[in-house]
Amino acid sequence: MTYARPRIDLPGQKTNEIGLALHDYEGSLSTLCAGCGHDSITAALVQALWEMSIAPEKLIKMSGIGCSSKTPAYFVHGAHGFNSVHGRMPSVATGALAGNRALIGIGVSGDGDSLSIGFGQFGHVIRRNVNMLYLIENNGVYGLTKGQFSASADAGSTSKRGEVNQMQNINAVATAISMGASFVGRSFSGDREQLVPLIKAAIAHPGCAVLDVISPCVTFNDHQGSTKSYAYVREHRHKAMETDLISPRAEIKASYYAGDTHPVRLHDGSTILLRKVDPDYDPTRRNNALGFLERHRSRGEIVTGLLYIDQNVTDMHTQSRTVRTPLKDLEFERLNPGSEALEKLQLGMK
Amino acid sequence: MPATQSRINDFVLKIATVNGTGSASANGLLMKALFRMGIPVTGKNLFPSNIQGLPTWYEIRANREGYISSAGRVDVMVAMNAQTYQKDLDEVSPGGFLVYDSTWPRESTLHRDDITVLGVPLSKLCNEAFSVARLRILMKNVAYVGALVALLNIDLDVIKKLLEQTFASKPKLIDSNLEAIMLGYDYASENFTCPLPVRAENMGDNNKGKIMITGNEATGLGCLYAGATVGAWYPITPSTGVMDSFSKYCETFRVDPETGEKRYCIIQAEDELAAAGMVIGANWVGARGFTPTSGPGISLMSEFIGFAYYAEIPSVFINVQRAGPSTGMPTRTQQSDVMQCAYASHGDTKHPILFPSNPHECFEMAVTVFDLAERLQTPVFMLSDLDIGMNDWMVSELTWDDRYRPDRGKLLGPEELKKMERFVRYLNVDGDGITYRTLPGEDPKGAYFVRGSGHNRYGAYTEDSDEYQDVLDRLLVKWATAKTLVPDALLSKAERSTKLGIVAYGSTDGAVIEARDRLADQGIHADYLRIRAFPFTEEVEDFLRAHDTIFVVEQNRDAQMKSLLMLEANDIADRLVSILHYNGKPIPGSCVVEGVTGHLEKEAAA
Repeated sequence: MTYARPRIDLPGQKTNEIGLALHDYEGSLSTLCAGCGHDSITAALVQALWEMSIAPEKLIKMSGIGCSSKTPAYFVHGAHGFNSVHGRMPSVATGALAGNRALIGIGVSGDGDSLSIGFGQFGHVIRRNVNMLYLIENNGVYGLTKGQFSASADAGSTSKRGEVNQMQNINAVATAISMGASFVGRSFSGDREQLVPLIKAAIAHPGCAVLDVISPCVTFNDHQGSTKSYAYVREHRHKAMETDLISPRAEIKASYYAGDTHPVRLHDGSTILLRKVDPDYDPTRRNNALGFLERHRSRGEIVTGLLYIDQNVTDMHTQSRTVRTPLKDLEFERLNPGSEALEKLQLGMK
Repeated sequence: MPATQSRINDFVLKIATVNGTGSASANGLLMKALFRMGIPVTGKNLFPSNIQGLPTWYEIRANREGYISSAGRVDVMVAMNAQTYQKDLDEVSPGGFLVYDSTWPRESTLHRDDITVLGVPLSKLCNEAFSVARLRILMKNVAYVGALVALLNIDLDVIKKLLEQTFASKPKLIDSNLEAIMLGYDYASENFTCPLPVRAENMGDNNKGKIMITGNEATGLGCLYAGATVGAWYPITPSTGVMDSFSKYCETFRVDPETGEKRYCIIQAEDELAAAGMVIGANWVGARGFTPTSGPGISLMSEFIGFAYYAEIPSVFINVQRAGPSTGMPTRTQQSDVMQCAYASHGDTKHPILFPSNPHECFEMAVTVFDLAERLQTPVFMLSDLDIGMNDWMVSELTWDDRYRPDRGKLLGPEELKKMERFVRYLNVDGDGITYRTLPGEDPKGAYFVRGSGHNRYGAYTEDSDEYQDVLDRLLVKWATAKTLVPDALLSKAERSTKLGIVAYGSTDGAVIEARDRLADQGIHADYLRIRAFPFTEEVEDFLRAHDTIFVVEQNRDAQMKSLLMLEANDIADRLVSILHYNGKPIPGSCVVEGVTGHLEKEAAA
């Protein structure tokens, strides 16, 4: 069932630049298990979208199938949502953003949805660099079908029933980076401070921004032996980077530059500020990023933060030189050459 | 000498070559020349699924009456491929002619007394005249055109003009091509009695108002005129020409000359699953999106097709059918995806289908298909086939009404939403089963959640039996509305009142038209109904009920259209008689004649 959330306006509540309150970015009530990591990610999305003052109708929320894919119903009720078929969200997003490039696309997927059934589309949306946030809510397990390992489950980790996973895992971030992704980050559903600015940076990034968020499944994958449990992730995460998104209008204060910080200017004038937590890390070099990830993986650590960024990779519309006006808004007269042109072109067919 | 019937403007010319040698343009030149002489022509390409080195045939039928179906006869064979020489020799009709390259000796064992064999030393002539190796191979093809020009009485001036037009930007090529033409022409004129009794005679402006075009080219052009902006596809024979055409005409008409910006977006998808998703995504946001594909592609797209049916998203699927099952014969034709498209996907689904029968209709229906998809908010198919799509057809000139505007269907914008208290997605407001939709990006009041999971009339997720069934039943109301919106079937009455009927669709049309004339010559008269859409319009059932025996002619093994008709009117199933042709080649008129007479004889004997 869909449960609508009651709307309560409180006097003196904070509004954003377009006059909307935080609850204007909420959706219907979640039907996920209490304590599910996905709900925390939803809350982070609500916060990020509100802070960015994105008009709800400018947003499209898309997903595939699975627990993660239910979540677009739980944020921004004023945005159109699209719960597609399993593993095929990227193609719907590609078509939608081809038809209307002015929309802000958020695709929510899971580890089964992106790394198994939808692995092909995951790769190709990255390759096309479709301008969107591609969010993977990664819990290493198939929840709706009661606890099978997913492709992101680590080798050697155990299921709730005690089976040991023998296969190597597919690492979403390393895969994305090696496939040429222009923006790749990883975070943890339990770290809202890191996640909210990362989501904002991902949305501002002019290309396909992949965010892999470890999101524990409290019902099927939060036990001893799991490498996707709250306890395991808290203990083993290694923060490489903290991120801030500075809007084009905001002044960049000197205090942002404390420590090892460097700015990445985006084409729309906004700036992503990267604050290195680990001085050994450089997220603008692919080799460095992959090597760093591998070094820490072998130690059993989960690296988080903005792991790779290249804002100069051209997006789908730049590659195809599509007109600025959304295609769906073009007047028919600009699409149809008319009867005279038809007559003329047929001269060559006579 | 074998007796040869004089065949003026009524002959079949077949050219056997090896693919990848440039014979296609030589054959095109021949056909275009006949066309410009006012003689009705059709060209059929029988080619391998291969890039270079395998046998390929091109068959030109010239017929003053305008019959276009495969004639089942070869009057003049040009045997350029040693590999298939025996087969090609065997295929020539008695009294016919065979032209071959006599540079090399023929096997003396291969011989026929009932045809005339004409040797032209094409390689020798070209090797002497041209020094570049590649040019020698290419010009050999042009040289046989020259020989045929003399033998078949083709107007040399027409050929010259065609060369000038084709190579307007490369004048050097005009000279070399003309030189090769004259090599063949002079040799034939000097060594044989030209023209042959099988020959062309100028018919003046008989072909006025006609063009030569393939169905795929017309389809791509139709998509452009329909205002399609998003084309997503995965390359597959024989549909590739549709996107090539759309892309070519978009480049001509939709690129800003100053900025280079394009008013369209073509996406070569990673597979057909993705192509379907892209089409659905584009239509969801309000852009007209389509995908051209063939049967194997529809198999992969089926999951998404069911989704779009249930979530009610307009989408256009153009299926240029080929011979199945499985990979089948990618370069051969069939009408074997009718059932697949009618009910594509799991669960209770059914989809409107349009059946163009020639390139002219491909153009028109490529516009109709978008209007229907948006009006009905559902996937709509256009079922062409390889014969229509990839062969050269002579059809009436395409026309366009500048008053046309796309039918966007029941679409609510911010203005309309302002007047409403609340928007819900799947409410049957007008009683026709079609509900109102909104587009993303316009108004938060119009926001709704598209889902392929169970939903109620308000668009909310449901597992409630009544709510679920309510939506499923309403989709049937919409289906009934679709019946009133799709193109009519076309009735062609026999000269005399008759209880015999013929039903056909798509590229089978040409064979039926010719067969009806031949049958009438024998005193057998049959009314003809050409189905142009599924669901069937009212006149289809009327036609079935008005006839005692109805021949359903189609190009598949399992009588797919007949099965669909039986589902619509099962009480008269015993009146339906199948005539089937499914060897991958286009159906000849004779197949229909034999099917009808065979059945009638059997009936008479019983």
